[in-house]
Amino acid sequence: MSTAKSILILAALAQFSAAALATPQTFDFKDPKGVNNAVFKLDAPLESINGNANGVSGTVTFDPANPAATTGRIVIAANSLHVPNPVMKEHLHGSQWMDVTKHPEIVFEAKSLKNVKTAGDTTTADVTGAFTLRGVTKELTVPVKLTYLKDKLGARSNGQMQGDLLVIRASFNIQRSDFGVNPKAPEDKVANTIELTLSIAGASPRK
Amino acid sequence: MKRALQIVAAILLLVGLGTWLAKGANRGWTKTSVEVKTMDEITGIEGITNEKRFVPGVDFLGATLLAAGLLAGGSFFIRKSVTADKTV
Repeated sequence: MSTAKSILILAALAQFSAAALATPQTFDFKDPKGVNNAVFKLDAPLESINGNANGVSGTVTFDPANPAATTGRIVIAANSLHVPNPVMKEHLHGSQWMDVTKHPEIVFEAKSLKNVKTAGDTTTADVTGAFTLRGVTKELTVPVKLTYLKDKLGARSNGQMQGDLLVIRASFNIQRSDFGVNPKAPEDKVANTIELTLSIAGASPRK
Repeated sequence: MKRALQIVAAILLLVGLGTWLAKGANRGWTKTSVEVKTMDEITGIEGITNEKRFVPGVDFLGATLLAAGLLAGGSFFIRKSVTADKTV
């Protein structure tokens, strides 16, 4: 057997064993670049309120060989909720609305995935989990898109770290009244439906 | 005094309206920050930075109009100074 052939066989074996030994990876969503964000929109007939939050953290366990087994916990710091009007922001953080002092975290804890479809590096699924806002926890099923970017951490960290990235995108609605967010506020001015869009990337550095 | 108040009211009105128009004629509430979006090329995520910037809204315009209106209205309550000589 020629040397070239032997090298090819060895390389193929190494690749096969690496795939066979693939284990779930933990991705940390605390983003030093500050790109991760959640956007919220309340579109009432008389007023539209738009804002964002960038205090994202949490971890997700993702197995590229078995995306259906994904679990994790994403946290948004409630005091990072931002609207452009300072008075509105003060109200938003206040006790009648988000009460950020008493309830400093907005949490989504993913428990199971359904309708999992994978094409290349991208997986779409419906994630069921516990969503906690203002101290009220409700079970939600949310459509998500997971994009696994193998070996892309190096490019994002200017070569300081090597590893993989996981991008999560989700858009879903919740009802303000379900979570006790100022349920007395008139719905013509402050919509009951809160449209949420999450765009976050987590890193799994290689040791 | 009367004329001075009317001039101040007119200047306030012009400055307020001019500022509101120059800053984009925002028909929402006044903003002290604006969203600046930047694309992260690796992940494709559109990052959001809240940049400090004053964008006057309809509340600013309304307050300016009200202040100018009060000044102009107030000027009508000021009597013209009488300088006529009293002769016996």
